[in-house]
Amino acid sequence: MTISKKLFSKILFHAFLLVFSFIMFYPVLWLISSSFKSTAEIVANPSSLLPSKVTFSNWINGWKGFGGVTFGTFMLNSLLVSSVSTVLQVAFSALVAYGFARNRFKGKNILFTIMILTLLLPSQILLVPQFIMFSRMGLRNSYLPLLLPTMFGLPFFIFMIMQFIKGIPVELDEAANIDGCNKYTIFGRIIMPLLTPALITSAIFAFYWKWQEFFEPLLYLQKADKFTVSIAVKMFADPNAGTDWGAIYAMSVASIIPVLLIFICFQKYLVEGIATTGLKS
Amino acid sequence: MVTKTLAQRYKKRTRHRGLSGGPDKYAGYVFVAPWFFGFLAFTLFPMMMSLYISFTNYDMLSSPVWVGIQNYKDIFLNDELFRESVRVTLVYVLLHVPLRLLFSLAVAVLLFKTGSRIVAFYRAVFYIPSIIGGSVAIAVMWRQIFGSGGAINAILLKLGLIDRTIGWLGNPDTALGTLVILAVWQFGSPMLIFLAGLKQIPESYYEAAAIDGAGAWRKFIMITLPLLTPVIFFNVLMQIIRGFMCFTEAYVVTNGGPFNKTLFYVLYLFQKSFSYYQMGYGCALAWILLIFIGFFTVIIFRTSNYWVYYESEGK
Repeated sequence: MTISKKLFSKILFHAFLLVFSFIMFYPVLWLISSSFKSTAEIVANPSSLLPSKVTFSNWINGWKGFGGVTFGTFMLNSLLVSSVSTVLQVAFSALVAYGFARNRFKGKNILFTIMILTLLLPSQILLVPQFIMFSRMGLRNSYLPLLLPTMFGLPFFIFMIMQFIKGIPVELDEAANIDGCNKYTIFGRIIMPLLTPALITSAIFAFYWKWQEFFEPLLYLQKADKFTVSIAVKMFADPNAGTDWGAIYAMSVASIIPVLLIFICFQKYLVEGIATTGLKS
Repeated sequence: MVTKTLAQRYKKRTRHRGLSGGPDKYAGYVFVAPWFFGFLAFTLFPMMMSLYISFTNYDMLSSPVWVGIQNYKDIFLNDELFRESVRVTLVYVLLHVPLRLLFSLAVAVLLFKTGSRIVAFYRAVFYIPSIIGGSVAIAVMWRQIFGSGGAINAILLKLGLIDRTIGWLGNPDTALGTLVILAVWQFGSPMLIFLAGLKQIPESYYEAAAIDGAGAWRKFIMITLPLLTPVIFFNVLMQIIRGFMCFTEAYVVTNGGPFNKTLFYVLYLFQKSFSYYQMGYGCALAWILLIFIGFFTVIIFRTSNYWVYYESEGK
């Protein structure tokens, strides 16, 4: 009696979660399936998840891009900006995190407080002056305005990596010190290798955020051949520019494929990383 | 021999320790230097510049003209759109933050209880909207799904809940609602933080409560919720700050319309600065936002004494 009751509630529970998952995931599935629908079907049957006839023409048309620039270029641009930015952000954040976590120096507390305060600083307050700065320096339509402000280390990552370093026993540093290592070699040989999980987590977020960044590219990039994916999708989907919805859906899917791939490969690091930043603050 | 090396080692150790000289004396500064340089060049300097510009009229073509507090005066006294944008942003934050947290907490508790392998699957499904939610692609998709000829209307028609299509995005009463739903849809990242928080609650607490005859609901109210308050606090703070900064969604999905009913604060700032090139006005708006967020942060921290439970203090 009790066993069947338990089983029943378990089935009910999973049925509920499955339905809920379906509703949650419906928009994503819808976007993917719409990218394989013909234009006529997109209009006639907007809510269905299974195209009556799978067509690849949306992908082929979408990939042609606009202004003589293919979608491949936009993808490569985004890949370039995001990768360079990620490597620099994570490397510098790790350096700074080590500086704060394992070194004593005058003014450290003040600097650390300033860094934590910038965590709460809305980046929008910096947009206008940065725009003026970079325009004066003649850097519009280059990637430097997208890279420079964040590449010297992001407080969020510095903080996360610091939490991670605090979990590494200080005895390791001391032992290395006795063996003749100085702070720099300790960082390079002892701490850095142990930091790998935290670095991977930071790298994933850094990549995601750069990949999806919209405001800054919108301000600085003017020529189509420099556009990143997010700008390209927006331009593509502008109501006055295009009405080829199938192609727009296809390229929307294309623009989130790298994000999903990284998620599938590195899920573990993401989940753990989020947990540590949220708990230890 | 052995004693000698030990002595040598000890010597080395003292030399390398702390601030006593050697190559490590300035190591801390060297490590922190990149961030500090970035902070000076790309945060502090622009902030000071922004403060100065906010007291001027500046269109980037001619040099700035000092106008004192005129921009601030105009914003507070004569700007109908400023008031509307503050209202829209506040409504958005006050609606989506509690809903998102409620959802994430409820789902986290549900998932935590099952504890079987399949949880990893659900966790992934619920988290994916969070990672792609900020992208332009999702904003474009949202615009289409909620469009008059979109999937939402089609489904509601099929279910018989409505008898003709509704322009969700064109209707002043529903436009903001679609953006709130978009935000609540992305409850994945607070959910993960809640899940991690739940894992830290010792099983023994629940066992003790069970012995005392507490039911599931009572356990949740008396044990889970109080012990989760630090995590809830962190989530509330982060979500509110992010809520104030929302831009992409509003820009792509509705672009402030209809009738400015989704004119988010940052969207208004963007329009003033980069569509009308009123840089001074835009900077003043930015500083008001900063003060606003600072104010909210202080309030949340102040109230935390009353509702956030820290275990070390409680015992």
